[in-house]
Amino acid sequence: MDMEAAKMLGAGLAAIGAGLASLGVGNVFAKYLEGALRNPGAADGQQGRLFIGFAAAELLGLLAFVVAMILIFVA
Amino acid sequence: MRQFMIEPLGGTAGWEVAGYNIAFTNSALWMMITTVLLVAFMALGMKRELVPGRWQMMVESFTGFIDNMLEANIGKAGRKYVPYVFSLFMFILFANLLGLMPLGLVGVHPFTFTSHFTVTGILAVMSFSIVLGVGFWKHGLKFFSLFVPHGTPLPMIPFIAFVEFVSFMVRPFSLALRLFVAMMAGHLLLEVLSSFVIGGGNAGFGFSLLVGVPSFILMVGICALELLVAGIQAYVFALLTALYINDAENLH
Repeated sequence: MDMEAAKMLGAGLAAIGAGLASLGVGNVFAKYLEGALRNPGAADGQQGRLFIGFAAAELLGLLAFVVAMILIFVA
Repeated sequence: MRQFMIEPLGGTAGWEVAGYNIAFTNSALWMMITTVLLVAFMALGMKRELVPGRWQMMVESFTGFIDNMLEANIGKAGRKYVPYVFSLFMFILFANLLGLMPLGLVGVHPFTFTSHFTVTGILAVMSFSIVLGVGFWKHGLKFFSLFVPHGTPLPMIPFIAFVEFVSFMVRPFSLALRLFVAMMAGHLLLEVLSSFVIGGGNAGFGFSLLVGVPSFILMVGICALELLVAGIQAYVFALLTALYINDAENLH
């Protein structure tokens, strides 16, 4: 296979990572909402943890994006 | 891409200090604009009126927000970090929002400098060096006990310490990378969608209806999402900085 074509294919495959991270982010917010509806009194105190979980899940998706960018522009 | 290009302004391209180019770029210009706006925003709300007006309430709710966050995550010792974390949060928030403003309508091209790894990298390194400074200042070499959580079985200590060390050293990168990629990805997405709208419009009426209109509706939605992301990323940056300072302040 041509080197250039392989890079582009790899960058496209990296988009799978972004999609999987979206599952993670959705899961974080879904579980939070589930818990918050069961016990609304405790919900506000856990918002910080919600965003920590969101940041951790999101970062992995962003790494997939970085991989794609490196494949297209740097490698 | 044009919107991410850094270019020297007004004949400063040749400025050099000790062999390094210090040209005044559009990135620097927008940082200055952000700072000026931020100072003006704060100054208007710091008149210390006895009965707070709307503007003062706005400023006070921002400072109260950061104050609460530090209090909740660090405790009483968190108060002394309010100036740093507050400046960080507001600077990133203003920069993110300013980059999304539709200033193109009046012929000005906004430049989102938080979509550059150099800028977010420096912000992250600043947070990280405060963590290191506070940690070593307050706990001395006992700061290294951060790498060995309480109750680790003796045979596991080398592995756990290694893992904790890696996760500690990765922090500035993850902090910088998150903000930079989130901002850049949003702007790229808008650019791609707008190219669909323009390309569809040029290809004829059918394509315009089939591709252009849905893309345009999607763009409006994504713009709203980007406003949300701009706030969340500034918040997450400040929150993670607070958490890392908490590690240095209280160990664990």
